[in-house]
Amino acid sequence: MQPFGEFEPAPPAPLTEHVVEVAAIPVRQEEAGADYEVTLQSLNQWQLAWRKFKKHRLALIGLGILSFLLATAVIGPFLLPYDFGTIPVPDQIVYQGRPPGIGHLFGETGGLQRDVLTLVVNGARLSLIIGFSSMLIGVFIGTIVGAIAGFLGGWLDNVLMRVVDVMLSLPLLFVILVASRFFGNGSALLLILIFGFFSWMGVARLVRSLFLSLREQEFVEAARAVGASNMRTIFRHILPNAVSPIVIVASLIVAGNIISEAFVSFLGFGVDASTPTWGNILSNALTFIPLGNWWWPFFAGFAIILTVLSVNFIGDGLRDALDPRSRA
Amino acid sequence: MTKYIIRRLLAAIPVLFGLSIILFAFIHLLPGDPAVALLGQHATPELTAEIRAQLGLDQPLWQQYLAYLGQLLHGDLGKSIITNRPIIDEFLLRFPGTVELTVGALIFAVGLGIPLGRYAARHVQGFGDGMVTVISLLGISIPIFVLGLTLQYIFAVQLKWLPASGRLDPRIAIEYHTNFVLIDTLLDGNIPAFFNGLSHLILPAIALGSIPLAIITRITRASVLDVTNEDYVRTARAKGLSERRVGGRHIMRNAWLPVVTVIGLQVGGLLAGAVITETIFSWNGVGRWTVQAIQDHDYFVVQSIILIFALIFLVVNLVVDIGYAFINPRIRYA
Repeated sequence: MQPFGEFEPAPPAPLTEHVVEVAAIPVRQEEAGADYEVTLQSLNQWQLAWRKFKKHRLALIGLGILSFLLATAVIGPFLLPYDFGTIPVPDQIVYQGRPPGIGHLFGETGGLQRDVLTLVVNGARLSLIIGFSSMLIGVFIGTIVGAIAGFLGGWLDNVLMRVVDVMLSLPLLFVILVASRFFGNGSALLLILIFGFFSWMGVARLVRSLFLSLREQEFVEAARAVGASNMRTIFRHILPNAVSPIVIVASLIVAGNIISEAFVSFLGFGVDASTPTWGNILSNALTFIPLGNWWWPFFAGFAIILTVLSVNFIGDGLRDALDPRSRA
Repeated sequence: MTKYIIRRLLAAIPVLFGLSIILFAFIHLLPGDPAVALLGQHATPELTAEIRAQLGLDQPLWQQYLAYLGQLLHGDLGKSIITNRPIIDEFLLRFPGTVELTVGALIFAVGLGIPLGRYAARHVQGFGDGMVTVISLLGISIPIFVLGLTLQYIFAVQLKWLPASGRLDPRIAIEYHTNFVLIDTLLDGNIPAFFNGLSHLILPAIALGSIPLAIITRITRASVLDVTNEDYVRTARAKGLSERRVGGRHIMRNAWLPVVTVIGLQVGGLLAGAVITETIFSWNGVGRWTVQAIQDHDYFVVQSIILIFALIFLVVNLVVDIGYAFINPRIRYA
């Protein structure tokens, strides 16, 4: 065996940083004599976070894409030449759709000959509404449960956390499928409630752990000494300090629930099949895929990927921006 | 160690107990009547009442729960409303299919994810690292069914390289001993059938394994990077060990822990993902059976599947925790 045979030196990356710093010094020295004013502007927590967030390129791209999708979902249906609600039933039912072309940018579906672009844009509404509002419900329940468990502690904490354990050990997608099948009846509102009800456990664990450490801090003691009630201490003093981690988890929940909606609709347990959501579009297109009608499912699938990807990017950016330990 | 295992097992009891209560309540909260599901809409009230009595549905809830608990403790899951066969038999018939698929997906994810993660960590900030990061982000963001449909369309419908659905070509007849296609064909020495089964497994396993692949890659990369800067790695290099040996014995040995945790955590997601993968690829396993049972309002089957999967999840978590001690002797469980 050769003693120094395959030794690889460490990459020289750190060196360049030093070079840059050295090069910067003379510039400062030249400026030292000049007259200049220093204005200090204090930034609050969110301005600081936005500053760091802006440096995260992927997160900015994600934010751009997501804003575009949201805008499409809100105003898109008004701009399109075809109205989803009043499409006439065609004279003849065709089995082959038409590929993308002028007039139908995303192509036409087989069967009822619908414009795929119209379907996908209309689908964006429900898919995004379901993703975001179920997240709000989940975060709301999770924050309250976690805050109570972490702040009050004791037997209540024990009971609540065991409930979380049990619910986390359930195969949730199965449970969601069952619940949507038996309670759902194709209503979007119920789907939102179901998703919301099954996405609070992670938040509860997180908020509890944050409260456990925050409640021991001096400002909480101070608030108590002034005579703040439990409610006031929880909501005015502790919760604002726990917001950033909650926001990060919330972004993950949105992505997860948009996928879950598509998943549940895809299996035929979601919103009524004639209503366009991205999952429903995929599900309706299933039998036409062997005919080569790729454009029908493709754009809905692409929209899901784009949404989830941009939400994940934003989550990454938020993590960097809101974590006080990372300095940008 | 033994003490720790015993304590963990004891701690699982209240969770199991809570699970049985929640499941029982959940199934009874569901609208509809198992007796009606069994008999159909047009049954006479007398017949419905008789079936209800047979199923014990006419007794008070707490008695029904105790009966259910007693059944469970005897390992009896009840019978399917639709086929009237014991659920455990039906389950054992289909479970091997799901295991085959899940293991295939895990082999794909681990087999590709760990080398990719190590590669990215070795070339950190380089082009390859960037590619690996983008691929793993995509992997997390593509829903299984979108990937599954795409793979099916490209490789089965258009290119016709791989079969689109099923576990085995219907023209091939094999004898079932264990219900694992790959094992049974090997036992009989039926090599062509084995490769046929394997070719059926490839696409579903890739579709199901994509998310674990992405997660395992990311974790391996992060964990190897963490360890690479440790003093003992520098020492190992300084004393002239080959890069291979440093990578294997000094870096990976210490980087394994988070990777194994994550692999363990994937099992729950894989079982849920199996539902969709099996549906797309017409794979005969528990997932497809679940969807069918939910559609048929087969209450007891649904209840049992959820219970069994929750049990598997708990057991896997326990095994992972215990596995730590073998991978990392520094961890001592009191």
